[in-house]
Amino acid sequence: MQQDQSSAPLRRVQPARRRWPWPLDLYQSAVGKKWAMAVTGVMLLGFVFFHMLGNLKVYLGPAQINHYGEWLRDIAVPALPRTVFLWLLRCGLIAAFAVHMHAAYALTRMNHRARPTKYASERDYVAANFASRTMRWTGIIVILFLFFHLADLTWGSLNPHFVRGNVYHNMAYSFSRVPVAAIYIVANLALAVHIFHGAWSLFASLGVSNPKLVAFRRRFAVGFASIILLGNISFPIAVQAHIIEDHGSTPYHAPTEQGR
Amino acid sequence: MSQTNGQTGGQTAVHHGRTLDLKLCIWRQPGPRAEGRMVEYDLPGVSEDMSFLEMLDLLNERLIAKEQEPVAFEHDCREGICGSCGMMINGQAHGPQLGTATCQLHMRKFNSGDVIEIEPWRAAAFPIVRDLVVNRSALDRIVEAGGYISVTAGAAPEANIIPVPKPVADAAFDAAACIGCGACVAACPNGAAQLFTAAKVAHLNLLPQGQAERFSRTEAMVERMEEFFGSCTFHGECEAACPKRISLENIVLMNGDYVRAKFKNRRLAGRR
Repeated sequence: MQQDQSSAPLRRVQPARRRWPWPLDLYQSAVGKKWAMAVTGVMLLGFVFFHMLGNLKVYLGPAQINHYGEWLRDIAVPALPRTVFLWLLRCGLIAAFAVHMHAAYALTRMNHRARPTKYASERDYVAANFASRTMRWTGIIVILFLFFHLADLTWGSLNPHFVRGNVYHNMAYSFSRVPVAAIYIVANLALAVHIFHGAWSLFASLGVSNPKLVAFRRRFAVGFASIILLGNISFPIAVQAHIIEDHGSTPYHAPTEQGR
Repeated sequence: MSQTNGQTGGQTAVHHGRTLDLKLCIWRQPGPRAEGRMVEYDLPGVSEDMSFLEMLDLLNERLIAKEQEPVAFEHDCREGICGSCGMMINGQAHGPQLGTATCQLHMRKFNSGDVIEIEPWRAAAFPIVRDLVVNRSALDRIVEAGGYISVTAGAAPEANIIPVPKPVADAAFDAAACIGCGACVAACPNGAAQLFTAAKVAHLNLLPQGQAERFSRTEAMVERMEEFFGSCTFHGECEAACPKRISLENIVLMNGDYVRAKFKNRRLAGRR
């Protein structure tokens, strides 16, 4: 290796670290972290899609959506005890969120170290778009919203009229509050912007390089983000427009229900 | 560091077009550890036929005539193939004209009265040597890690002995057009060198001759890159700034090969 003769010597921005055992060493690299973000991103996209799809059952009436809510706890029931499969899914999601956020945090730190001095003149961006430059902010909005959403419609602690198991009632009450409906709409706009860049760049992080997919990637990202956005914001809008109204719905009771 | 060639002196040049009166804001920094700042210069009478570097030559001639220190900037071939003349012009690497290096940017792209801000590349891995000159040897460290093929050199082999399909040759050649100017790093909001490294990886990894060291090369070059530079978030600014229009797709290719390198049984790398 040639010696650096320059009067401005090179500095490494990454501290030297012990190599982790295979295959965890993949995650030590930035390319590996992006790969992990793409894989967990696919998991989270799958969740967001089926979450939106399942919630569309609200348009079929209280019996349908409340039955669906109970079914989620009953998946794989003869093979596994009730709610076990649901908890496996939830654990997978929590792990995906944790990896996704840790990788984002670590890469952000790395990027700040790599450009410690900003340009004095204003940058004139050509290709970077609003979505790609706001990923960490839309991501933070989504995670904060997630806790609000859980407190509102899963735990019920932010929903004074919460009735466990009566999904229809809880949604109708929650979204009837204008500020809450607004929070859902704003958060879903942030989610859609986040998904737009994520659903496109995950192909690059995974190394899917077939030229036949180049045009597809953009269309997929726009389509996926739009479907999620339209589906999700339709719920608060439908409640505000009195398309969804609660007239004394009750939780679903299976014929052989023996308590929760 | 900057030299002048008689043509840009003003007295011998034949001006067919407009002349521009410019205000320049240039980063002046006397040395690697010195404080730097933006300094304003008025530069009237710039021919629109001048290249951007000739405009800087003109400024330096006038500075020298006034016994001031000329602006240090790196340049060599002045025809867009050496990669030395990078600078940040009005917040864009190599200036507003896409697909060209600073030396191929001409003053006809600007208007009289314009304020032009000129800065060096900024990245932790590109320490400033002086004014607009940065040390880009971190890019050399990446190439040293694996940007080569190991062959026993002998007599020249028969040219067509290894068939290379046309799309493969085209893709490899497009990647090989990289001149190592560092604009990708300068333009990247994350200070990543992904496009440079991907171009150097791809032009070898695509070709049959590069297959023997494909995975060890990718692993070594990516990990060397990450010692110095940031990470890729696919903004696409590098591709837009690249004077050789290196495609972002090379990064996708490199990412795939890097992850594969972690799982590949290297003893089978010789199999088709």
